[in-house]
Amino acid sequence: MTSGRWLQYLLIYAVLIIGALFFLTPFAWMVSTSLKTGAQVFAIPPRWIPAPVMWSNYSRLMTEIPFRRYLGNTVLVTVTSVVFYVGSSAVVAYGFSRIKWPGREVLFYCLLATMVLPPQVTLIPQFVMFQKLGWVGTFLPLIVPALTGSAFAVFLLRQFYGSIPEEISDSARIDGASEWQIFMRIILPLARPALATASLFIFIWTWTDFLNPLIYLTDDRLYTLAVGLQQLSSTRSAAWPLLMAGSLLMSLPIILLFFFAQKTFIQGVSTSGLKG
Amino acid sequence: MAKAPTKATVARHSQQIAVSSGLTKRQRRDTWLGLAFVSPWLVGFLVFTIYPVIASLYFSFTDYNVVSDPRWIGFRNYTDLFSDPLFGETLYNTLYLAVLGIPFSLILSLLIAMLLNNKLKLQGMFRTVYFLPSVVPAVAAALLWRWFLNPDYGPINEVLWQVGINGPGWLSDPRWAKPALILASLWGVGGSMVIYLAGLQNVPTPLYESAHLDGANAWQRFRFVTLPMLSPVILFNLVMGIITSFQSFTNIYIMTGGGPSNSTMVYALYLYQNAFQFFRMGYASAMAWVLLLITAVALIAIFRTSGWVHYESRS
Repeated sequence: MTSGRWLQYLLIYAVLIIGALFFLTPFAWMVSTSLKTGAQVFAIPPRWIPAPVMWSNYSRLMTEIPFRRYLGNTVLVTVTSVVFYVGSSAVVAYGFSRIKWPGREVLFYCLLATMVLPPQVTLIPQFVMFQKLGWVGTFLPLIVPALTGSAFAVFLLRQFYGSIPEEISDSARIDGASEWQIFMRIILPLARPALATASLFIFIWTWTDFLNPLIYLTDDRLYTLAVGLQQLSSTRSAAWPLLMAGSLLMSLPIILLFFFAQKTFIQGVSTSGLKG
Repeated sequence: MAKAPTKATVARHSQQIAVSSGLTKRQRRDTWLGLAFVSPWLVGFLVFTIYPVIASLYFSFTDYNVVSDPRWIGFRNYTDLFSDPLFGETLYNTLYLAVLGIPFSLILSLLIAMLLNNKLKLQGMFRTVYFLPSVVPAVAAALLWRWFLNPDYGPINEVLWQVGINGPGWLSDPRWAKPALILASLWGVGGSMVIYLAGLQNVPTPLYESAHLDGANAWQRFRFVTLPMLSPVILFNLVMGIITSFQSFTNIYIMTGGGPSNSTMVYALYLYQNAFQFFRMGYASAMAWVLLLITAVALIAIFRTSGWVHYESRS
């Protein structure tokens, strides 16, 4: 390696390390605050290392707010949504890619167009509709629409189905299999990686969703973590250690998910954006 | 020549047979099958998109508070909007955040992606570090930054104080609240960084090699190879940036609630307040339609001026 290259790499590492510190510092602050006493939180100048380390903040979080209940609600809503969204999208994507019929292209463009429509436009009539059905204040507005599929997941799965050779379906058809059987027994098992990517994204969206629970969950016993933590922040202004502990716990499943599914995740981010 | 017509007739003939017997039946069956498979989405499209879009347009011409029936008032919501000083302010704030925030985030994420595209030890670790903040739930990130930016107890002002600067009130100072929001949003550039990384990996290495042979220096290689090859990805990130920035709600709702003195009252937040706090559903629907128009105009303008985007001729 020439000395010029060495210098270049040295510079790259230096910049990357400084940048990484900037990106990591807020995390460190979150961890540090979550372990402070109420008094240390308001120390001037701010302290980074809590003394004493208040592990009890985490158990206080469980007793002072209905954290377990919020967690349970979040898990319930998220898991149901993922199953509904991915299941229905897998079926819909089949109709958009493995069966040829007139009108398919037009409807698919409609589906793509819904991805650009600002959600604010449909938000109010949807609210009115759910209000009239008596669903406001229940989980129904959060999970029922999932049965109709997600445009993003349909798009992703359709791309994937398209890469499966048509001959496989044809030979099954000759053997007398119905389209539903082909879908269930051949396409779905082959599409496992794409189903995993779609599940990952929908998991994160619903786990972190704030606006929909904020609008529809009027009863605080049904709050998800996102709404529950926000409420805590507006009602108890000095609850910072608890808030940071809660934020950390809410982030944890997603961070873990990211670590274990890093490849799927990054592939999903890049392909979902680019292969249009 | 003699054979061609007969072939054509045979083909036409067999086609006719197919049309009159098997194929139409199969086509009809396939149409029903296709519709059956897409029916979950089709129902959702009608119920959760088409109907709401029409209803929203109708509401935008009414006075509607959910409790009593909508009352037709013509264009009054729209004319009211333009005489509502807060509406102008929210538009200004939204555009401010977009015009300043999007370029910062586009450039920063491109720079990081280019650095991380080098063959490095610990490359995976670095990528993870830069990407991770973008998967932190918006609620958690907003709560974190609210506290991180605290003028008295937060670390940012402490650092500034140590180098002799009296840090501003950030989220509590109307002059600093918008820049503070942009600063906090830059923490999440990891998402667009990953998309740039994917784009960079698609740039064919021979292009760099031949540019190198032609004596192009690093800047010229970036300017004449990387940038044009990456332009579709830049366009994508720009469009996504505009869409998300026009609709940004959660982080601002939690970090400032629109304050101080409406300096961060953005479009989506004001719309939410009108709809779900003041129950002015008609007024909020008019706002939603104006947002749709603004978004459409912005996107059309971008696609119209996207001559700088270089598309590979598909072979």
